[in-house]
Parts: sequence; C-alpha cells; structure tokens
Amino acid sequence: MIGKLSSTERQYAAVVLVMLLAAGIGMAALGRSDTLGVHGLLVILFAGGLLYPVLSGFYEPEPTEDREASYYDDPIKVGIVLSMAWAVFGMSMGVWVAAQLAWPDLAFDAAWSTFGRLRPTHTSGVIFGFGGNALIATSFHVVQRTSRARLAGQFSPWFVLFGFNLFCLLAVSGYLLGVTQSKEYAEAEWYADLWLVVVWVTYFVLFLRTIARRREPHIYVANWYFMAFIVVVAILHIVNNLAVPVSWGHAKSYTIWPGVQDAMVQWWYGHNAVAFFLTAGFLGMLYYYLPVRAQRPIFSYRLSILSFWGITFFYMWAGSHHLHYTALPHWVQTLGMTFSVMLLVPSWASAGNALLTLNGAWHRVRDDATLRFMMAAAVFYGLSTFEGSFMAIRPVNALSHYTDWTVGHVHAGALGWVALITFGSFYTLVPTLWNREGMYSARLVEVHFWLAIAGTLIYVFAMWNSGIIQGLMWRTYTEDGALAYSFVDSLVAMYPYYIARAFGGLLFLIGAVVCCYNIWMTVRTVPLAKRLESDVPAAVALPGE
Amino acid sequence: MPELFHRKLERSAIGFVLAIIAAASVGGIVEIAPLFTIDETVEEAPDMRVYTPLELAGRNIYVREGCYACHSQMIRTLRDEVERYGPYSLAVESQYDRPMLWGSKRTGPDLARVGGKYSDFWHVAHLINPRDVVPESNMPAYAFLARTELRTSDLGQHLAAQQALGVPYTDEMVANAARDAYGQAFPDSEAASGVSERYGETTQVSAFDGVATRLTEMDALVAYLQVLGRLTDAAFRDTAATEQAPDAED
Repeated sequence: MIGKLSSTERQYAAVVLVMLLAAGIGMAALGRSDTLGVHGLLVILFAGGLLYPVLSGFYEPEPTEDREASYYDDPIKVGIVLSMAWAVFGMSMGVWVAAQLAWPDLAFDAAWSTFGRLRPTHTSGVIFGFGGNALIATSFHVVQRTSRARLAGQFSPWFVLFGFNLFCLLAVSGYLLGVTQSKEYAEAEWYADLWLVVVWVTYFVLFLRTIARRREPHIYVANWYFMAFIVVVAILHIVNNLAVPVSWGHAKSYTIWPGVQDAMVQWWYGHNAVAFFLTAGFLGMLYYYLPVRAQRPIFSYRLSILSFWGITFFYMWAGSHHLHYTALPHWVQTLGMTFSVMLLVPSWASAGNALLTLNGAWHRVRDDATLRFMMAAAVFYGLSTFEGSFMAIRPVNALSHYTDWTVGHVHAGALGWVALITFGSFYTLVPTLWNREGMYSARLVEVHFWLAIAGTLIYVFAMWNSGIIQGLMWRTYTEDGALAYSFVDSLVAMYPYYIARAFGGLLFLIGAVVCCYNIWMTVRTVPLAKRLESDVPAAVALPGE
Repeated sequence: MPELFHRKLERSAIGFVLAIIAAASVGGIVEIAPLFTIDETVEEAPDMRVYTPLELAGRNIYVREGCYACHSQMIRTLRDEVERYGPYSLAVESQYDRPMLWGSKRTGPDLARVGGKYSDFWHVAHLINPRDVVPESNMPAYAFLARTELRTSDLGQHLAAQQALGVPYTDEMVANAARDAYGQAFPDSEAASGVSERYGETTQVSAFDGVATRLTEMDALVAYLQVLGRLTDAAFRDTAATEQAPDAED
C-alpha cells in the first residue's frame, strides 16, 4: 500500500499520523485521572500502529505506474473487509443484548457487560461500523465508475477510511468504559465527535473533487444520494453534538441543548440519521449495483428526481413524530406527522423504481441470489417506509411508541433493507474488485440469502407481536375502570418473543459469517488473467465538458 | 420545463450540493428555532430547584449506564399513562436536563415520577439484584455501584460547566459541590446542613445506600432516582385534561 504513495504523499501520511500521535499523548496526559486518558492511549496505539508501516516503507522506490490509467481500488477493498468485521462484531453484540433481555443473567458482574453499555456497541457497531464502512467503500467505487475518473487523491481516501474507523473504535470502546452522551445514535463524546468532523469534511472534499474530475457531463443519480448523505450527515452531526466539555481533561460533556429543545434536536438528528445515513447512502448503492447486476437501466429518470428531492426535503420535518403526546408543542408534532405521511410518496417512488427496473430480468432474480438480495432489499424498503409513515400517525403512535414495535420497525429497515442491499452490493463488488470471475460459492450466497430472510422475518414478527401486545396491555382497563395489567404483567408476556427475537438475530449473524467466509475464499482464488478493458477511467475528456 | 432545469443542475457539483443544503435546511429551521422563544416551551416554574451535586452525579451515572435505553422519563398525555405513572410530564420539568432523558423505549417502566415511590432501601436492593425484589425482572444487576467510590473531586467543575450553559447554580454552590455531595449522603455530618441551606429544606438528606461510612455511586444514583419528578410541583397544578387512548373500535 505504501509503495503506491509518492514520497510527498508518504510525508503527508507521516505528518498526519505524528500529529494524531501527539493528540493522543495530549489526551493521555490531560485525562490521566479520567477515562479520557484511556482513549488517549487508544489513539496512541492506533496512530503508532499505522505509523509503523508508513515509516518502514518510507524509502521504498517511488511508484512508476501511470496512476490515471486505473481506478483506485485499494481503499475500497480494505473498506469492505472492515465493514464485514464490524458486521460480525455489531451483530454478535446484538445477539448478546437480545439474549440478555430473555436471560438477564447472561452478563458478568462488571459494569461493561450490562445491557445499557452493550446496547450502543451494537447500534454503533452495525450502523457506523458495518453501514458506514460499507458506504465509504461503495461510494468510492460508484463515484469512480460513474464519473469514469480516478479518486481525487492518493492519501485522503486512506485518511477518510482509517479516520472513520478510529471514530468507531473510540465510540464503541467508550460505551464499554462508560463514556457516552446518552443521545441515541450520537452517543460518542465530544472529542470523538470533533474528530469525525475533520474526517467527514475530508470525505466531502474528496468526493466533490472526484465528481469535479468526471468525464461524464451529468452527475449520476447514485452520486446525488451519496452527496446528500455526506452533506446532511455533517449538518446533523455538528448541530446535535454541540456540547461543552467539563474540562479539557474530562471525557464527559454537557450538551448545549436543554430539555425539550434537546429532545427536538435529538430526534431531528435521530430520524435523519435514518434518512441520510441509512436511506440516502444505501439508495446510492441501490441505484448503481441493482441496474449493474440486473443488466437493465433504471426504470425511470423522472421518478429518480421526484424521489430524491422528496426524500431530501420531507425527511427533515419528520423527526418530531418520535415525540407524539410529549411536552413538545402540539403543532410541531402535527407537522412531523404530516410530513411523515407525505414521505411515503418519494419512498415508494424509489422502491417502485427499483422493482420496475427488474422488469425483464425476473429470471435473473430467480437464478441469482445476489440480485435477489437487492430485490428483497427494495421490497423491505417499501414495507418499512410504509410502516414508518403509518406509525408516525398520532393515534397509531399512541399504541406503538415505547414498545417493541418500534424495535421491530427499525430492524425491518436495518436488516431487511440496509443489510440486504449491502450484501447484494458486496457480492456484486467483490468479484469485480479482486478481478475474479464470480464469488467463490454461489451456493453459499444462496444459503446466506435464506438465513438472512428467515432471520429478518422471525425477528420482525416477534417484535410486532410483542410490541402490540405490550401496547394493548398497558392501556387495557377492567370493567370497573382500573388498569387491568401491572407493568410486570406486560414484561412477563414478552419473554417468549424475546427468545424468538434472539434466535432470528442469531440466524442473521450466521448469514453474515457465511458471507465473510465466502468473501475470504473468493479473494484466495486465482484472479482472471486480464482486467476488463471497460473497467478503466476515461483517458480523454469528452466534448462538452 | 422543470426537467430541463434539473438536467442543468446535474452538471454542477457545487450547485447540486447547495440545492441539497437548501432543501434539507427548511424543516429543521421551522421546527427547532421557534422552540427557544415561544412560551409553551420556556414556561416558568419559580419553585423549581436545580439538581444537588449528588443528584447530578447520580444523573451522570444514569447517563453513563445507558438507562435511557429501557426507561423513559416522559409521561405522555394519555389517560392510561397518567393513571399508571402520575401527571403527564411538562416541558419545564426537564429545563435543566442536559441531555434530556425522555427515552424512546420502555423495556422497564417510566421513571419520570419514580421519586419517593419506593424507599431508599428498596432501590438499593433492587439495583444490587433486581430479581431479589421483582422475580420476573430482566433488568441487569448493578451491584458494582455499591462497590464503587463516588468521584467527588471534580463535581465543582461539573456544576461550573452547567452554570456556563445557563443552569442557575450560584458560585457558592459551585464552590461547595464536593462538600454538599458528601453532606447529602451523611445526615449526621457537619456538611449536611449546607445542603438544605443551598438547595432548600425539602431536599432529601439521607444515607441512601444504607452505609454511612463511604460515599458510593449507589448513593448518587439513588439520590437521583428519589428526586425524579420532584424538582417542581408544576405538573400537579392546573394542567389540561388527559386524552383517552384512541380505540380502533370507535
């Protein structure tokens, strides 16, 4: 990897890593009596661990190849590996916490293994670790191929990738140590948040510069989604995480938003993390890998425009549906509900566009599990966005809020949509990237597909049942007008579903492990003799650029 | 023709990004900005007190342990919730809460008004092993809290940070933070009187974890749980009627 960097780029890498090392030493020194110090050590280890290969390869001969004649795929390969590693970690944590709800004694007599600390390691592990790395990797791939230009940087893609993973490490290890803001999906503390801003701005600049180098007059629709993902996540992240640290030596901070304002900002963030991290970015994947795999063009360009701007505009209003019947002013709740219902239009436009693209390729869906992953993802996307709009209606929310129904809904989206589209994309991407004829085993892809579908369905059905039962028990009255069930009664009724849910999650995890094995074996097979001639950047600028 | 315009927009990366920012900003600005000015969200509760240093430390433990993942602190305006948990939550009750801990999931019950509902002794026993008092419970055991000494040396800094954000802590409160934390859990000590002086006579001064020899994280967490819903009685005065949960058969 180092051999592919020029000597100036090696210097950049070394300087950045030395600065990071210094920051780590600073954190360790200032926070020596706090958990911040532990994170200082982690940063030192991380920077040192990367500095070693950079310095040992520092005086290797300069690269001689013509870089512009090929795409830059090394960071993408590493991104896929990291993504799958996080998938196994995050899903394992998910199975563990799910099992803890059924069997609460499945923990050690230590702080780190309690549900409250493990749960965010699961959510951050899968959302940021698995999802984030998958988004970075696929966006690097898609933007190069659809712009027919190489990434606009040799060192910055590595900075984005490793920098992002440092953020994930700080976040997840922090929860185990008790470092958290207790803001859902934004639990990481102030220094990790600041670091993510630096990484994210670099990502944004890199992406935009690559698009600026494109040899195509138009920016392809997948890149609209990746751009929206990068830009809006930056805005959300910065606003929601504004905080004042207790001191420079403390990991702990206090958010600048108090009470009801914090609630609104948090769910504006929380819901749009779903919109722009877990939807927009993955729609970017869908709009590239699905037509590529199906060998069919996207059904409708106009529908793409409609759904893109609908999602970008409507979603930002929808966050307040998380706060129905609370102390948030009624008119904000009503706005949130209204826009959530309207969101169904662009959401179904996307899902419909994807499914109609498959018209004429249904025989491939039948024969090719990879394409079936993407088809199922589009179906789950349509179902869970319908469910989301439905649950955002106040009276429905009165029943569903605070119950497992919400958890089921999230997982219909996260397992059924986000994870399936990612696996479908990876199965398309891995053979191309490593220049193999196909995946090592098409059979194992098939096995993975059915494990994932079975796991998702068991999970979601268990949570629908438990959530609705729970919600109904809480509001059931006896004939004399007294509440019929105590809270504990409702909890006891949940246990069978908690066991079923853990089992569904386990199936899904096994599927991910099968995927890892299949990718590993694919990488180990013999590469094709020659790269596809079409898979190189355009040499000359097209007229009209 | 709108499509023609979009074809143009697709040719400019910067233009496209600006359009995304414009489209995405409207919703947040309309919904968030007014919350800082309108009366409904910044109502006054003159009798409301701030968290004592010990309660704040307890709150930070609640935050650290991620209790919000299973317990809400937001009673909705629905009849069954009010009958189960008490008067519905008002915005003013969380005006000093950074972060707010309204939560999104009830694997366990709502805690917005749990203060005073159970004895200190019950809370300690329950936290050490929930299944000792509620056999059906699936809550984790928090026995380690009773073993862990509470860090008080930096409580002044915590209060100062809150003060900087506009929470009405006085300089005297900041200066005496560590002493007050100690005093609140040691009713017989000299420091105890300062707590009532600074935070009011109704502040609960008690050996929360039942051990009067050392100040533990258990003391802090129980002190916090016992003050939940009791910083002001605004929710118990002239509020509007609750709503009946909608029924599908109606």
